[in-house]
Amino acid sequence: MLHLISAADLSHSDAVLILDTAEELAQVGDRSVKKLPTLRGRTVVNLFFEDSTRTRISFEAAAKRLSADVLNFAVKGSSVSKGESLKDTALTLEAMGADGVVIRHNASGAPYRLAEWVRGSVINAGDGTHEHPTQALLDAFTMRRRLGRLADLRVTIVGDVLHSRVARSNVALLHTLGAQVTLVAPPTLLPVAVETWPCEVAYDLDSALPKSDVVMMLRVQRERMQAAYFPSAREYSRRYGLDAERMARLPDDAIVMHPGPMNRGMEIAAEVADSPRSTIVEQVANGVSVRMAVLYLLLGGSEPALGGGER
Amino acid sequence: MPAEPAESAAPSGPWSQTPAPPSGGPPGRREGEQDHTSARAVLEGPDIRRALTRIAHEILERTKGGTDIVLLGIPTRGVTLAERLARRIEEVEGRPVPWGSLDITMYRDDLRLRPARALGRTELPPDGVDGRLVVLVDDVLFSGRTVRAALDALGDLGRPRAVQLAILVDRGHRQLPIRADYVGKNLPTSLRETVKVQLAENDGRDAVLLDKRADTPGAGRERDGRDPR
Repeated sequence: MLHLISAADLSHSDAVLILDTAEELAQVGDRSVKKLPTLRGRTVVNLFFEDSTRTRISFEAAAKRLSADVLNFAVKGSSVSKGESLKDTALTLEAMGADGVVIRHNASGAPYRLAEWVRGSVINAGDGTHEHPTQALLDAFTMRRRLGRLADLRVTIVGDVLHSRVARSNVALLHTLGAQVTLVAPPTLLPVAVETWPCEVAYDLDSALPKSDVVMMLRVQRERMQAAYFPSAREYSRRYGLDAERMARLPDDAIVMHPGPMNRGMEIAAEVADSPRSTIVEQVANGVSVRMAVLYLLLGGSEPALGGGER
Repeated sequence: MPAEPAESAAPSGPWSQTPAPPSGGPPGRREGEQDHTSARAVLEGPDIRRALTRIAHEILERTKGGTDIVLLGIPTRGVTLAERLARRIEEVEGRPVPWGSLDITMYRDDLRLRPARALGRTELPPDGVDGRLVVLVDDVLFSGRTVRAALDALGDLGRPRAVQLAILVDRGHRQLPIRADYVGKNLPTSLRETVKVQLAENDGRDAVLLDKRADTPGAGRERDGRDPR
């Protein structure tokens, strides 16, 4: 596997290899020299067609800790705003000799198209409402670190599943890793054919919480909403928001996750976001380790180390 | 990994040289390693025990009691050896000796020549390595490339007062200006031979095995004298 486009492409052994590698690489942040020479002389391009703080910075930090050269390409101020197509942008990157391209795009499937045009590895950093595989990997990594296992872990993903690439990637990856996923959302915010996904679906948050080891709150993606999916923010928050009272229904060692950015007071109350159960800050730190692992395994050797299946 | 015959960081060696990964690991690394039919044991358990006891005493002698030493093993078998040496020194001196492991995968000079591999574990004692005398420990000294990588890795972790090298088997054929300070056994070998160290903790028994390399036509790896995979 040359590219990382979908979490569903990862076999169990690939996913475990990435998590184990990330576990070792997490130490680099604590050392006196926070850098490894591994990707010296390799070029990683960050191609972000959509706004992002943590993902872009996280990829940039990961590539730099591995000594790769990082080129940041933001759409604002680039030729894309003059009407350049994705293909022409890709060919430009190709001419610059990019070994890895990290792409975020508002169109689902853009990384897949890009992978046909460039020779380097394409890493999907979020495409439309499709997938965000490194987010799912860092979420799984955070769960494994906090709770010590992934097999049979009960994970409840709450909120705007319809627009959430994070939810899609998480369902695919967590299923591969043996966790049991339950989606909880208003019916209007569930995608068509969600019953074919390898997970359970429920509509009542309060009854799902006592049976959860992990609760993952999704951001309500206002910017992607073309219609009225729920009557009011207040009503959404009352039925599907996580406040301190709801959090008390969780088992004692359960954790609360959020991929960020948060709408405090909407899907998650401030007191929950800042509680010791919340892993939100950890998720950001773990993101760098996981992305280092992905970059290393895709770009570090003579050929990518992923895609080996269950050999 | 059942056997790790030699220095790990030659420019084009096979997968089988890699330190064992925490779990699983990329494919292809263990092929052909189960077959020890033509292998000859040059050191047996008691020989290894005596060699380690001697090295432990030599370390104490050379470092004048070894008050500031840290033993760092290179995964996989180097770590086992470092632990055994630490225990022996403790038996002699009656105080614990800090030991740990130092993974060199990310510092290898042949990363680009093979698929990316799983990482070993790096674990330093709580007091770190700054200002201390670090003794690197590995099973086989061969090309010297693993040790070079280990020195680079160590430099990123801190600044030891000095670095020394302890090795169970020195099989010669150095490709870099590197020598060991403590050697369990000098074992003259040809490049057509392989050296495999087995340790009870990793392999169920203690032995150093010398074997003829199965000839693979056109393997092109001969100059390293390592197992073809």
